[in-house]
Amino acid sequence: MLSEADIAALLLTLKVAGVATVLLLLFGTPIAWWLVRTPSRWKGVVNTLVALPLVLPPTVLGFYLLVLMGPNGPVGHLTTELGLGTLPFTFGGVIVASVLYSLPFVVQPLQTAFAAIGERPLEVAATLRAGPLDAFFSVVIPLTRHGFMTATVLGFAHTVGEFGVVLMVGGNIPDKTRVVSVQIYNHVEAMEYGQAHWLAACLLVFSFVVLLLLYGLNPMQGKR
Amino acid sequence: MLSQTMGRFLAVLAVLLASSNALAGQVLVAVASNFAKPMEEIAVEFKKATGHNAELSFGASGKFAAQIENGAPFQVFLSADEKKPEKLTASGFAVAGTRFTYALGTLVLWSAKPGYIDAEGKVLSAGGFKHLAIPDPKLAPYGVAALDVLKSMGLTERVQSLLVLGENISQAQQFISTGNAELGFIALSQVIKNGKIGEGSGWLIPTDKYAPIRQDAVLLKAGIDNPAAQALLDFLKSGKVLAIIEKYGYGLPKDKL
Repeated sequence: MLSEADIAALLLTLKVAGVATVLLLLFGTPIAWWLVRTPSRWKGVVNTLVALPLVLPPTVLGFYLLVLMGPNGPVGHLTTELGLGTLPFTFGGVIVASVLYSLPFVVQPLQTAFAAIGERPLEVAATLRAGPLDAFFSVVIPLTRHGFMTATVLGFAHTVGEFGVVLMVGGNIPDKTRVVSVQIYNHVEAMEYGQAHWLAACLLVFSFVVLLLLYGLNPMQGKR
Repeated sequence: MLSQTMGRFLAVLAVLLASSNALAGQVLVAVASNFAKPMEEIAVEFKKATGHNAELSFGASGKFAAQIENGAPFQVFLSADEKKPEKLTASGFAVAGTRFTYALGTLVLWSAKPGYIDAEGKVLSAGGFKHLAIPDPKLAPYGVAALDVLKSMGLTERVQSLLVLGENISQAQQFISTGNAELGFIALSQVIKNGKIGEGSGWLIPTDKYAPIRQDAVLLKAGIDNPAAQALLDFLKSGKVLAIIEKYGYGLPKDKL
C-alpha cells in the first residue's frame, strides 16, 4: 500500500534522524557538561538559548532559519563564502534545522544526568591520576549512560516527528527534504486519507518498536 | 419582590435576545487562506448590508475539508479550488446545487528583485537561476497552473530539477521574498498593491497559458437552515463584492457552473 514516494520519504526520515542524533550528541554533550560545571555568569543566557526552540512555534523558527540561511542572511553569506552555497532546500539545511530544533531534548537530560553524579566520582578519579578527558570517558559516561540513552531516544524521536521546521526550510523536494511527516501532511491535504493512514501506521509501528527495544533492553530502574 | 423584578428583567432580556437573533444572524465560514484579506473586507460590507455576522476561520482548504467531514460546525466553505467543494458535495457534507465559482485565481511569475523579470517572462528560458518556487501542484491549484505555463513554454524538463515546492502559495512566496528562490509562480493577490505588482518584479501570465483556477464556494450541511448562510452566498455574487474581489487581484467568474 506504500508508494515509492512514501518509502523514499521513510528512508530519508531515518537518515535525517540518524545523522541529526549523532550531531546532537556530539554538540549537546559538551554544552551540557559546560552548563553543569561552569561558574560563568553566561550560564543563564546559554541555558535560555538552548531552551528557546521549545517556545518558538516550528514554522516561526523555520521562517527565521530561512531568512538567516538565505542568500541575504548572515549565515547564508558565510556558507556562500565557504563555497557551500546556501543551505535551504538541501539535506544539509534540514539537518541544521533539525539539530537546532531538537537541541533542548538532548542537552536537558544530559545536564540532569551530569548534575546527578556530583563532585565525588571526579575527585576520586583525580586522586587516581585520571586526566579530565580520561575521567570523562571512563567515569562520567558509564555513570550517566541512562542520561545518554534518554537523550538519544528523545533526540531521535523528536527529529522523526518534526514537521513545521522541515516543511519551511526543506522545500518539499523528493529524496532530499521530503520526510515522512511532510509526506503524511501532503496526503491529508490532498484528501488521500488511505495513503496517509498507511504511512502514519508505519511510522507509529516503527517508533513503537524502536522505543520498546530501547526501554526494554535498558531497564533504568535503580541504575545510573 | 426581588425575584419578581428579576423575572421581569429576564423576560425582557429573552425577548431582546430573540428579536436580535431574528434580525442579525451569524454564519460560520471556513475561508481558504489566500482569500483572507478580501473576505475580511467582504464580511464588513456583509454586516452593513444585512446585519448578519460572518465569523471567519482561515486555513488550508484540505484541512478544512478533513474537519468538515469530521463534524466541524462550518456553514459555508470558500475553498481555494473546485475539487474539495465537489468532493464534499458528493459525500453529502455540502448541499448539492449550491456550489459556484466566487473568484478566479490569477497567476504571476514573481521575483523579489526589481527588474529581474521582464514583461514576457523570457528570464524563464534564459535560465541563470538556481531555484524556481511553485506551490505544490498536488495541493495547490496555482501549482498546477504553474506547470501548465512551463509546459506551454516547453520548459518542463529544463526546470524540473530547479523546482522547490511550497506547501501553499504563501510558503512559495516566502521562499522567493527571502531570496532563497530567485523567482517563482504565485498568486497575483499576494503581491498586488493599488492594482499593480507592489514590490520586486513580475510577469502577469496571459490566462490562455493555464487552465482557469476556479475557487468555489458551497453551502455546508450545518448551514442548511441558517438564512444568514444563504444570504452570504448570495452576497458573494453581488456587484459590491465583485469589485472587492477584483481589487485584490482575482479574476471574475464570467461563466457560472
